[in-house]
Amino acid sequence: MAGARVERGTRASQLWAVGITIGLAALVAMPFWGDPGDMRLVAEMAYYLALAQLWNLLAGYAGLVSVGQQIYVGLGGYTLFYLTDRFGIHPFLAIALAGPVCALFSIPVALAVFRLRGAYFAIGTWVFAEIFLLVVSIIPALGGGSGLSLTPSIVRSISSNRAGREMAIFWMTLAVLVVVFALVYWLLRSRHGLALTAIRDSEPASASLGVDTFRTKLLIYVVTAFGTGFVGALIFLQKLRISPEAGFSLNDWTVVVIFMVVIGGIGTLEGPILGMLVYIALRELLADFGTIYLILLGAIAVAVMLKAPGGLWGWVVHRYDVHLFPVRRRLRFEKPD
Amino acid sequence: MAFLLELEQVTKSFGALKATDGLSLSVAEGEALAVIGPNGAGKSTMFNLVTGDTRPDEGRIRFAGEDISAMAPHARSRLGIGRTYQIPHPFAKMTVFENLLVGAIFGAGQTERESYDTCAEVLDLVGLLARANAPAGSLTLLQRKRLELARALALRPRLLLLDEIAGGLTEHECNELVETIRTIHTRGTTIVWVEHIVHALVSIASRLIVINFGRKLAEGDPREVMADPRVREVYLGISA
Repeated sequence: MAGARVERGTRASQLWAVGITIGLAALVAMPFWGDPGDMRLVAEMAYYLALAQLWNLLAGYAGLVSVGQQIYVGLGGYTLFYLTDRFGIHPFLAIALAGPVCALFSIPVALAVFRLRGAYFAIGTWVFAEIFLLVVSIIPALGGGSGLSLTPSIVRSISSNRAGREMAIFWMTLAVLVVVFALVYWLLRSRHGLALTAIRDSEPASASLGVDTFRTKLLIYVVTAFGTGFVGALIFLQKLRISPEAGFSLNDWTVVVIFMVVIGGIGTLEGPILGMLVYIALRELLADFGTIYLILLGAIAVAVMLKAPGGLWGWVVHRYDVHLFPVRRRLRFEKPD
Repeated sequence: MAFLLELEQVTKSFGALKATDGLSLSVAEGEALAVIGPNGAGKSTMFNLVTGDTRPDEGRIRFAGEDISAMAPHARSRLGIGRTYQIPHPFAKMTVFENLLVGAIFGAGQTERESYDTCAEVLDLVGLLARANAPAGSLTLLQRKRLELARALALRPRLLLLDEIAGGLTEHECNELVETIRTIHTRGTTIVWVEHIVHALVSIASRLIVINFGRKLAEGDPREVMADPRVREVYLGISA
């Protein structure tokens, strides 16, 4: 039927795009109006959101529920420390190399864990992460169990003063978030997004319609590793120190991220934003309560999963049918009479 | 005569059970072949062998003269083998239209722009145009069956494998579906159709094969085959 048209944007999404642009511009100017403490918090929010969006791509769209993404955060961090320290590479170049290094490492990992399905896949990725942690902690060149620090001379090569360094890292973190978000959004709107969603909903049916399920999943796994490694390098550039426990931390780089995505709404682009905001807000509010804070987080996670299995954003969509990052294709047609 | 699909002495065992046992059959280009047989006779296994969801232990499968026995499922569908599943497998979170796009883009290898027209056309043919933007998970059983058919059509199949697509439908719904399938066949698509509802098959198929215990029991003109005493005993005896 000739004349079939497809609509992709929504009124809300156009307004939202304007809002995001303004918000982003305000954040880019933050070094000129915000204080360093707030900037650090915003940078942390930015890298957590980038990690959450990457995990969401992997688990929420490709159905690859990995509990081992800390592999690439740690590997990205170690790439930065090792390359700058050993070969005197400039930190910015080392960060740029963290992505490709992680992508390279992710291929053999993928070939092994892709033989597993569902819960077995999740456990398999976790086991791999533990293997990475153990192996790194016995390599003397990587500082063994105590890890590595960025030497003052390397730190100074970013900028000679502290304020300049913080500004550079802040802008880089924002840039990485924008790149990661744009990459995920573009992937999901492309034909790969169709293939991914199809695989998640029924793998045999998508193969019967011509989707190369193995290659599609491998592509997403490698892209996610690439992005996660990139973010990991940036995280540890801010921390200036890395150890196997910190780099390959299941809690910090995967559990928290899963919390954000699941609470916010898995399989949506809006969900991780909401989930990240909820997590950071809770953490800041409950910081004085010690361990009770973790119990509360757990209770909230359970409550959301029971009351709103689609997460907070899932509930919003169900209620108001808004899509801020539309990936759908809506068919518009005029039937010839 | 040029055969589009040929199975040559195909055997597939699951443990001690031979789901197909040296099964051979040929389907000519443009033909509509009906396949019946009691539950567990090996009909679905036969489909899975053709689509690549399972691999044969012995024997060969040829499509348009090419040996596809070791080919991956997605590669076979790109050659033009479309299938429906007995239990519908919709992409529940995607819209009906997007379900079809998967077949048109990845199966038929169309560009996105080309695929829009293809999918709108197919949706119109199967009567789902009004539901194009509905999530596939919200469809009724009849609509799901139609979606299975539509999705397979979106990959522009040369060979369409229908696995009990009329099962569970009312008489009226079944008749509507038969008319749609008739249209598809008249437009030149080769069809192999597995079904328990024999009268639906007979109205379209020119040849009928009866399978039992993974082997071919009878083959020929649908009415003659159905009159065969062996077939009446094995097939109707069980289903009645």
